[in-house]
Amino acid sequence: MNVLIMQAALFIAQLMLALAMILCTWRMIIGPRAQDRVLALDALYVCAMLQVLAFGVRTGNTLYFEAALVIGVLGFVATVSLAKFLMRGEVIE
Amino acid sequence: MTTGYADVPLWAAIVSAAFILLGAGLSLVGAVGVARLSTFYDRIHAPTLATSWGAGGMVMGSMIFFTAAEGRPVIHEILIGVFVTVTTPVTLMMLGRAAVYRDRSEQNPGALPKETSVDRADTVSNHKGS
Amino acid sequence: MTAILPYPLLAVGLAFMWLALGGFTPGHLVLSVLVAVAASHALRALGEASPRVRRFAAIPELLGIVLYDIVRSNVAVALIILRGRRASRTSGFITVPIRLTNPSALAILAIVLTSTPGTAWLDYNSARRTLLVHVFDLVDEAEWIDIITNRYERLLLEIFE
Repeated sequence: MNVLIMQAALFIAQLMLALAMILCTWRMIIGPRAQDRVLALDALYVCAMLQVLAFGVRTGNTLYFEAALVIGVLGFVATVSLAKFLMRGEVIE
Repeated sequence: MTTGYADVPLWAAIVSAAFILLGAGLSLVGAVGVARLSTFYDRIHAPTLATSWGAGGMVMGSMIFFTAAEGRPVIHEILIGVFVTVTTPVTLMMLGRAAVYRDRSEQNPGALPKETSVDRADTVSNHKGS
Repeated sequence: MTAILPYPLLAVGLAFMWLALGGFTPGHLVLSVLVAVAASHALRALGEASPRVRRFAAIPELLGIVLYDIVRSNVAVALIILRGRRASRTSGFITVPIRLTNPSALAILAIVLTSTPGTAWLDYNSARRTLLVHVFDLVDEAEWIDIITNRYERLLLEIFE
């Protein structure tokens, strides 16, 4: 019973997160402007991080947690530097 | 390192599954918002659904699952929650300011209010030590 | 106290993070304390002023209010997005006069405003002390200014200034 509940919940959750990633990617492709794409990239990173976290629960392996943390850090740095680029036209001043 | 579902008591499975579904569902709603809201300033609200209770729900679900499965408190997932909570304002604030700056410098009729300080960004708003 | 630990909160946070990632063992405990103290001193070389909390009693109140508001605005924004087309909703910018000057208090206000999905912090004008906020579901401008001023800023003023 508990196996069934967890499997069903994780399957649905991963499906929803995958759909969320597709929607963010779609917004990233259609834009229309650069800041829309960067915002969509940020949302995509968050969804990917949660997806990896869901994989961790699914496999019962805590190593996935570290991977999720790394994705979160990379997403933060990427979005900040891209936002900085939009603002000034250069990343390093 | 690996844990099976069978080690988890029923109540923990139900609670953890509920939190995981809540988190994933809110993330999906946030992504729907990113995809279909019509202006940038509307869209900037949508990812916060994923970063507040979306991430919170997933983190809680994962914490409950691993705590119940391994029989000892597993709380390192809370680092992800803290990290996301602290970094989201920085990214969204910088994106918002960049968008305001770009809209103003391009004379976009984005219904922007007249006086914003972003065009003097070199002297203002550096209080966070950016 | 300040000579050994210039930033107590930061040191505790770093030690907690180290233990959470590495596992709670005596060896990691010693290492985490060493890292926390060393990092505190490294940050002091940068010369940032440590935030000074005046009134601890107001912190749980603020935390409770913010958690409640996050849940409430999550539900509100999710319903608006699911309902679809922008039928009766207007979103807009508001300019809020702000009395806070403490950088830590402003940072926490930024976290609060961004974490609640209905509001987005766009820009703070430190010369005029105004805050540009975008509100997702703007019904009454005065009501939102009142929420930010009386609900969050009042408590932050009590805590930090």
